[in-house]
Amino acid sequence: MTLRERLREKISAAFYRHGLLCASYPVPIILFTSASILTCCYPLLRLPLPGTGPVEFTTGGRDYSVPSHEPQGDLGERPDWQVLVKAAVSPWDSSLVPVDVFRSPLSRAFSLLEEIRNHVHSDGSGVRSLESLCLQVTDLFPGLRRMQSVLPEHGCLLVSPGNYWQNQQELFDSDPDLLKTIQKHEPKGLSTSATLRDLLFGVPGKYTGVSHYNRKRVVTYTITIVLSTYDASLRSRLKQLHPSANCSLRDDHMVHVHFKEEIGIAELIPLVTTYIILFAYIYFSTRKIDMVKSKWGLALAAVVTVLSSLLMSVGLCTLFGLTPTLNGGEIFPYLVVVIGLENVLVLTKSVVSTPVDLEVKLRIAQGLSNESWSIMKNMATELCIILIGYFTLVPAIQEFCLFAVVGLVSDFFLQMFFFTTVLSIDIRRMELADLNRRLPAEAGLPPPKPGPLRPREAPPPPRPSPHTITLQTPAFRNLRLPKRLRVVYFLARTRLAQRIIMVGTVIWIGILVYTDPAGIRTYLAAQVSEQSPLGDPGGGALPPHLGGAPVFRGVDPTSTLSIHPAPDPTPLPDNHSQGHHDGAGRAGPLPQPPPPAVPQITWGPEDQEGWRRLSFRHWPSLFSYYNITLAKRYISILPVIPVTVSADLQTDLTLYKVAALGLAAGVLLVLLLFCLYRVLCPRNYGQNGVSHGRRRRGELPCDDYGYSPPVSEISPLLLRGHSMDIECLASDGMLLASCCLAGQIRVWDAQTGDCLTVIPRQGDGLSEEDGFPLRRRSAPSRPTLFTDQPDLTPLIDTNFASQPPSHLCTPPPSHLCTPPRDGFDFGGLRRPSGGDASASLTPERGSAAGTQATADWESSVWALELRGNLIAAGRSSGKLELWDAVEGSLRCVNEDGGSGITALAFLNNRIVAARLNGSLDFFTVEINKPLGLLQYRGAPGRGTMPPSPCYSSEDVISCQLTRSVQCAHQKPITVLRAAAGRVVTGSQDHTVRIYRLEDSVVHPKKTMVLASGGQDGAICLWDVLTGSRVSHVYGHRGDVTSLVCTTSCVISSGLDDLICIWDRSTGIKLYSIQQEAGCGASLGVISESLLVTGGQGCVSFWDLNFGDLLQTVYLGQSSDGQGVRQLLVLDNAAIICDFGSELSLVYVPSVLEKLD
Amino acid sequence: MPRLEDHCWSCSCASSVETKHSSGAHWLASKAEEMMSIITSVLSNAYGSLHDVRTANLIRRGLVLFTVGAFLALVLNLLQIQRNVTLFPEEVMTTLFSSAWWIPPCCGTGAAVVGLLYPCLDKHLGEPHKFKREWASVMRCIAVFVGINHASVKLDFDNNVQLSLTLAALSLGLWWTFDRSRSGFGLGITTAVLATVFTQLLVYNGVYQYTSPDFLYVRSWLPCIFFSGGVTVGNIGRQLAMGGVEKPHMD
Repeated sequence: MTLRERLREKISAAFYRHGLLCASYPVPIILFTSASILTCCYPLLRLPLPGTGPVEFTTGGRDYSVPSHEPQGDLGERPDWQVLVKAAVSPWDSSLVPVDVFRSPLSRAFSLLEEIRNHVHSDGSGVRSLESLCLQVTDLFPGLRRMQSVLPEHGCLLVSPGNYWQNQQELFDSDPDLLKTIQKHEPKGLSTSATLRDLLFGVPGKYTGVSHYNRKRVVTYTITIVLSTYDASLRSRLKQLHPSANCSLRDDHMVHVHFKEEIGIAELIPLVTTYIILFAYIYFSTRKIDMVKSKWGLALAAVVTVLSSLLMSVGLCTLFGLTPTLNGGEIFPYLVVVIGLENVLVLTKSVVSTPVDLEVKLRIAQGLSNESWSIMKNMATELCIILIGYFTLVPAIQEFCLFAVVGLVSDFFLQMFFFTTVLSIDIRRMELADLNRRLPAEAGLPPPKPGPLRPREAPPPPRPSPHTITLQTPAFRNLRLPKRLRVVYFLARTRLAQRIIMVGTVIWIGILVYTDPAGIRTYLAAQVSEQSPLGDPGGGALPPHLGGAPVFRGVDPTSTLSIHPAPDPTPLPDNHSQGHHDGAGRAGPLPQPPPPAVPQITWGPEDQEGWRRLSFRHWPSLFSYYNITLAKRYISILPVIPVTVSADLQTDLTLYKVAALGLAAGVLLVLLLFCLYRVLCPRNYGQNGVSHGRRRRGELPCDDYGYSPPVSEISPLLLRGHSMDIECLASDGMLLASCCLAGQIRVWDAQTGDCLTVIPRQGDGLSEEDGFPLRRRSAPSRPTLFTDQPDLTPLIDTNFASQPPSHLCTPPPSHLCTPPRDGFDFGGLRRPSGGDASASLTPERGSAAGTQATADWESSVWALELRGNLIAAGRSSGKLELWDAVEGSLRCVNEDGGSGITALAFLNNRIVAARLNGSLDFFTVEINKPLGLLQYRGAPGRGTMPPSPCYSSEDVISCQLTRSVQCAHQKPITVLRAAAGRVVTGSQDHTVRIYRLEDSVVHPKKTMVLASGGQDGAICLWDVLTGSRVSHVYGHRGDVTSLVCTTSCVISSGLDDLICIWDRSTGIKLYSIQQEAGCGASLGVISESLLVTGGQGCVSFWDLNFGDLLQTVYLGQSSDGQGVRQLLVLDNAAIICDFGSELSLVYVPSVLEKLD
Repeated sequence: MPRLEDHCWSCSCASSVETKHSSGAHWLASKAEEMMSIITSVLSNAYGSLHDVRTANLIRRGLVLFTVGAFLALVLNLLQIQRNVTLFPEEVMTTLFSSAWWIPPCCGTGAAVVGLLYPCLDKHLGEPHKFKREWASVMRCIAVFVGINHASVKLDFDNNVQLSLTLAALSLGLWWTFDRSRSGFGLGITTAVLATVFTQLLVYNGVYQYTSPDFLYVRSWLPCIFFSGGVTVGNIGRQLAMGGVEKPHMD
């Protein structure tokens, strides 16, 4: 049991690692797999097509007779062809001008042709010319005009290399370049079956020796004559004319090849049925593939997997010498059924059912390892069954089992490599874009911790601040990039130049090999054919004569051939193979060490069976040129009559020189290209260093292509000045106010990043304070525990005013305006302690403040709001201060409340302040000034909010508490938002309250939607008018820390570092983005489709429509430690974020254009 | 050669019969089915007014099964005589389409009966069949069944015992792979026995002949074919029955 468990664990771990590997390097793996498939399928090229393979019979050669066990009827009706094969071999010596080498052997063909033509057959019935014996052919098949000049028409079918020259010696003699003439007729491109050259020479091209590089120094060709009646006299005469020396040929048997008939319909019906069943099986199987990006793509991949594993198995078996005797077409469906698609489906299902949020790699790995045990078990079972089948000792079953075993193994291989990789690609494609379809189900997950409802708000609204930015462009989808940059990135990303050069080099080398300067190919081919039992049935008898000078062994002079009794009266197919030897006995002594090896020509079995090396389509294609079908007919191949020709030869070494030179040139060229490439593309494309650096800096998970584009020129503007961490940010679009832990308020120009005002001025804080008119505060001061959360207001306002379904994003009741951000984030977790802390702090500070006139500066600013040129600052002491933003003077102080102000909101001329004790105060700002002076500035919140008044410095501004709601909430108010005449508060007491400030006209049909997020990870949508809950979804495992709304969706981020995008009207989760841990919770929406999130020292831009990461902008060099806690989006599409003691102002230029 | 003859039916009529070994089985089953159909028709009449939907469903399934059975009979018939095609093309075609006309209907009927019996039995035994209930598996089963038939015709065996044993193993493998239920096994055995007996009777009465009978009057592997045929048809029937149940759910 333990062993089993351990085994299981190991298997699962191995699969896990394998899944990671596959998902990490999809492209190389797919390439590798394709290469293996092709390699394994290569032997298939030599196989006959299923069902049409010719059948051979061998009979004794003395007499022509028809194989007895075949239906006689066929033969009787159709006299078959005789084929007379002549082989001419001419060895030559080392030195020759290559082209002329062939001249003399080839010229012998013409004399041979003459002999054959002039042969007169005489028997008892009289004298007959060859014409009466041979097969008369008529026109070529229409459409073969190209071959008209080469192939014979209207006469005997007599084929020889002489056909190239119309069988005329004169043409041959006057031909300056024989090879060129031969090559001229070669088809362009690859051809697998019989080419014209094969037909005419009668031996496969590489055996002819007619090429530039001939190491065997033997030229072989055949003259083929097709006879319709067997005639022994021609044969005997040729034998006499060309007594063969060195001949070991056995000429006593001839081979009859029977070509099967075409398959009839009746025979096809069962076959078709099995295929129909097979397709139904495949259909029903692949139909189960679900929840993937492209069902069709995966189904195709599955089918490809199975089919190629079959092909591979057949190919492999062929390679190892197992020829399939079963009818391939028939057993094929059964093989598919045995191999099955089950594993593939199980894999898909398992991977798909892994958590969507995981990274793709992990999903694949997990899915694989989940199913590893069952896959291995099934595989082992199947193998066992098949092995049992193997021992039935029935040849057919054994063969089937053999194929099935190899098929199973190769199928397993393909599943693991090919299909898994395809699946990973598919899942990756789906990951972001298509999640929406399946997410509703997930939305209902119960929250991990049912905590109090606690909404957080995201900072969407505009605020200015000054700063610096590094823009980094991720490779994914450069929507916002200029086109030319995109092109460059594309080139860089795909490493196009590199690949083109590589491909070019490979092709070039391939061409080199193909043209074969050194004869490697011939050598290899010879080796292979020598060793492969398939290649030549002549068997191992092939002597090792290939390497050096050809010394053929074999010494049976066969004279028996000539004695041929006249055959049966029936027209019989006769096969004469006449071998013609050209023995070039003497080699001219060379200038170099005279090679004593005199090439001798011998004839061995391999020559006799030379026709076997021809394509199996050789004969059918030859006859098909004349529109003659071989179906159900015989071809009898008569023994070869060897003829040897000797030739005088000279050597030339130039060949080898040329070859060496070519090789050297190739190497040089490659080196040159490589150098050129390095020079032109010095960049390391971020494969190593850059990508690591990038990862280190917190790259987002979906960027796993390892490519990092160059840093773009856009850099964030850093606004420096604060000495401590920035606590509060506020902006109205033109100005930006920030407050740091030290209590210093700075006002910045949101456009330029200049610091306009510092309150208090540094160094003279106290003296300044003395000058302030109102200095006494009764309330004690407190440390800045809370920041205001200004952001949402403008956005909310916008929505209310402009859209019928308007919406409030409110941070629901869970926190107080956040104390240091941590406190904010984790408020839900440790709310009580946070409360205690702040409470305990209060008294201390209070006492201190009471004694000092400058109590202001002692208490910290908890909330900051900016409207017009008024800064409202809520202090921990409970004081509300109004400052002039431009001049930096204190305009008004109200100390009515005793509890620290945790949140502030401007609403026209009112200020709403939420206090730590849960009370809500409404102040009215009154300006004692003629109305004329009341100016309005451009509205901050995207122009949708009523313009806020601008106060001039002369005005006397008073701030009066008009109303106070003492127990608005039982617990500290964490969030305050104002919009459309309403104020929404959220508190830790799990409630959201809405106060109506004014009687704004709300159209009855209008809806106002309020979104809130709680500590339990729930997000609620409320109808503000009725108070009813529209929807309630759970999206996060921890607290919801931020919420932003656009017109169509609600975006939330939580403590689980997940950003969820919800459809606003239906409450369905569209998709979610997993960020790195510690990315922070700040969110902002720049436009309808552009989302900004803060991360560790960077901000990221996302395309909301697709969920793609557009850019990541790094805020500074030393950005590692600091997270962005607050993020404001300004009108001008700038983003302000706090960054330690600095502020960063990031312009998003392309978005700017869009907004305009 | 001898094997070839082995496989030939002694007469043309026989060839048609042989072609459908399973057809013979179905034939037998079909006879039984006729009775069954009478019974079912009576029963359905009785319950008809109450269970219109069920009856319609039953008829639909029966029709589908009949079609499948008839089609398989035709095809496997061809498969069985395929070897002889080259030798006696004319004869084969004539026998196929004239004298053997009754084979497909018989097989179809048999298939319908067996296919309806399987889910029915499941229900009565209270063991709903849950193993691999999906169309892909059914298709695989059919393919294997055709493969077994194919093998019975085409494989070259030294002797009949070996052939029969191999086929028996294949049939058992089929049952184990796709069914694995006791009721399925029992019904398959019953079908095989009944069908074989019926075929014996037919041959005994001279309706057709086997060329080289080695098991009384028929071939010894015939029961295996019948058994696997029964399991296959039962598989289809169960799937159909389940599909009928599932569809309303889906809707």
